[in-house]
Amino acid sequence: MSETDEVLLTMSGIVKTFPGVRALDGVDLEVRPGEVHCLLGQNGAGKSTLIKVLAGAHQPDEGVITWHGQPTTLGSPVAALRLGVATMYQELDLVAGLSVAENIFLGHEPSRFGFSQRRSARNQARDLMRRLGHPEIPPGREVGLLSAAGQQLVSMARALVHDARLIVMDEPTAALASDEVDNLFRVVEDLTDDGVAVVYISHRLDEIRRVGDRVTVLKDGRTVASGLPADTPTADLVNLMSGRMVETVFPLREVTTVDEENEVLRVAGLSRASEFQDVSFTVRAGEIVGIAGLVGAGRSEVLETVYGARKSDAGVVTVNGKRLKPGSVMAAVAAGIGLAPEERKSQGLLLDQSVADNVTLASLPEYSRAGFTDRARELRDSRATLERLDLRPADPRRIVRTLSGGNQQKAVVARWLVRDCKVLLLDEPTRGVDVGARAELYRLIHELAAAGVAVVLVSSEVPEVLGLSDRVLVMREGRLLTEAPASELTEATILDMVMEGSEVMA
Amino acid sequence: MSDVSEKSPSTVDEQPEPVQTGPTGGVRTPSGLRLDVRLTILIGVLVALCVVGYILNPETFLGESNISIMLRLASAIGVVSVGMTFVIISGGIDLSVGSMVALASVWMTTLATQQYGPFVMVICALAVGLGAGLINGVLISYGKVVPFIATLAMYASARGLAERLSGRQTQVVREQGYLDFFRGDFLGIPVLIWMLAVVFAIGWVVLNRTTFGRRTFAVGGNAEAARLAGINVKWHTAMVYAVAGLCCGIAALMVVARTTSGASTNGMFYELDAIAAVVIGGTLLSGGRGTLIGTLIGVLIFTVVNSIFTQNNLETDIQNIAKGVIIVAAVLLQATTIRRRRT
Repeated sequence: MSETDEVLLTMSGIVKTFPGVRALDGVDLEVRPGEVHCLLGQNGAGKSTLIKVLAGAHQPDEGVITWHGQPTTLGSPVAALRLGVATMYQELDLVAGLSVAENIFLGHEPSRFGFSQRRSARNQARDLMRRLGHPEIPPGREVGLLSAAGQQLVSMARALVHDARLIVMDEPTAALASDEVDNLFRVVEDLTDDGVAVVYISHRLDEIRRVGDRVTVLKDGRTVASGLPADTPTADLVNLMSGRMVETVFPLREVTTVDEENEVLRVAGLSRASEFQDVSFTVRAGEIVGIAGLVGAGRSEVLETVYGARKSDAGVVTVNGKRLKPGSVMAAVAAGIGLAPEERKSQGLLLDQSVADNVTLASLPEYSRAGFTDRARELRDSRATLERLDLRPADPRRIVRTLSGGNQQKAVVARWLVRDCKVLLLDEPTRGVDVGARAELYRLIHELAAAGVAVVLVSSEVPEVLGLSDRVLVMREGRLLTEAPASELTEATILDMVMEGSEVMA
Repeated sequence: MSDVSEKSPSTVDEQPEPVQTGPTGGVRTPSGLRLDVRLTILIGVLVALCVVGYILNPETFLGESNISIMLRLASAIGVVSVGMTFVIISGGIDLSVGSMVALASVWMTTLATQQYGPFVMVICALAVGLGAGLINGVLISYGKVVPFIATLAMYASARGLAERLSGRQTQVVREQGYLDFFRGDFLGIPVLIWMLAVVFAIGWVVLNRTTFGRRTFAVGGNAEAARLAGINVKWHTAMVYAVAGLCCGIAALMVVARTTSGASTNGMFYELDAIAAVVIGGTLLSGGRGTLIGTLIGVLIFTVVNSIFTQNNLETDIQNIAKGVIIVAAVLLQATTIRRRRT
């Protein structure tokens, strides 16, 4: 074998910028045939962007990609597929109402004279499922009726039908139970035995040790280590990933904002089947409590359950000593809780309506007399709140859709400020917000705490949780692992806990 | 944007407000512009149609009696369209309005009801409309039946019940007092037209000046955001359909007055006419946006078209073709304005 044959794909010096963000800033990656190459990195390290470049969905601004030693471009998703690169996204892109075979051949059904060759498609689908070790999945079965693992197999079969030589798997185990994980790993082994290369993205180090051959670590859009053996000690990997360049300066905080005497929110034994179990914590007035953990660890679910948007199976939420009715947003709002939800646009805002309409949405009874809205007061209070939040221009009549991400987030927060909320639940408040606006949101969160609001902050960015919070809760797989003052934790200890699940740090 | 200070330019939205020049050449904020251009075009179309009608029948078309006839014909469908506007803005649809009008008109004119006098007849029609609408609403919000299916079921069964109650007979109104009042004039203007005006005015105030209206927009614009803001989305949805039903009860009063009878064939195709009027008026079928003024003009456009066709003895089939063309033209216009707004 000549040397070029040993390397399937190389990427070198890949740069990709988006307005205001340098998402990839010189990434190198080298994948050999038949290996499982793991990509490791914190949220925002550039993994998703890199996957999209590999899938042909994003075009890099700079850098060279070679395939079997030949320079190439991945100009479009179709071009990438043709070359032999298939991508399995985290959210499976399957059509639930179509059969297994129809999904596998979606977009390129075998046909003759324009008539689809259903039998041929089914036979090929059956062969593929057999190759993946699951002959029991019938090609005619509706995909929506399959388990998460079954759907993943269909997605993989779809990659194979294109004769992919490289399959990118983005957190493939996130939705799987443990026996299904074993299954997946068996399939991955079979594939690699056939010489197929796998780029495997996961936050779970134990998995990486089990299936991985080599590891590439990304940080701040750069490759900080490549081709490490998969059994590199945890401490080394975590050290490589942490110490992210923090673009934003976290504002200094007067330590005195916490009112020790005044416990506002108490959550005790909160559980929801298959989401999270036995979560208990308290938040005092003026305190910021951060919840760290991986996506899918149950953080957002906890927030939404505290807020009543999901109904708890067990446990109690009390605000200022008063017990909340479970599963009632109205009760939570009346008690003074506010939520800035994870999906700002789909869960938080009326995009085609004015800022004022959005700001007063949770306080309509307060802004009306006998059912008639008091428009003048709405506009006045909205404007005052926008000024307080430094949202410029402070025009309450503006349509929310025309605002930037940071300002839309401020509009959501403004909704709770006009009603003097006591507890503010912030779910990924800086997602999709540019660096400058981030700093402002951080300052705002501190100001709110200083004004006596009890803040609960969920963020996938570990430095953000550490930089803002007084106390940090760490969640993994639906359970609270640790609770500690932020000053006693470091980025590395938190990363180690969420990824490894151990409370001991080497 | 001169009020921008240098310290953190990132929070200020760099892109200027999407300023557009519409067909009228006006430059406004998106919302203002949308309303203006669309309304201007709608009014323009209405005026143009009146001009056409006048040219074809210069003596009669704009005569007081023709206008009065036109408006009286428009009154019932106009009231139904007010309710329909609420439903569509809330993100739903109501296919059963015509059947609810039929049912209310039959129920209020049965001999059993009529013996209690005009007042009870009125209450009966309103209660039947409200009740049927409430059934729609509860099925949709608490029963989680999609609006299309729930109101399709009501569409079939309400008319069926009307046929059953009336034995498919036309029930003549014997209560002269009822006819005298509703067929009469007030200050020289027919009571039916007053009713349309009052329902429209109340509808406008409720939609634009009350928390009920605000919630209707919120539920239609983003039901999940409304729920997470503590709005009782289910209850509100049920109420919106109840309002539509109540409007059908009022429309039944008007139809009965105009035809001096109740029949299970009343209100045929009202759902289509009402939806068409609402859509022409610029209300989005996807919910969250719309105006009652647009709906009113939509109703009037259809009325004028009807009048032109009847006055010139043209067949109803041609009339229907014309209606279809108007609907498509209106929706295309709407789509292009939105596309321009989003880019």
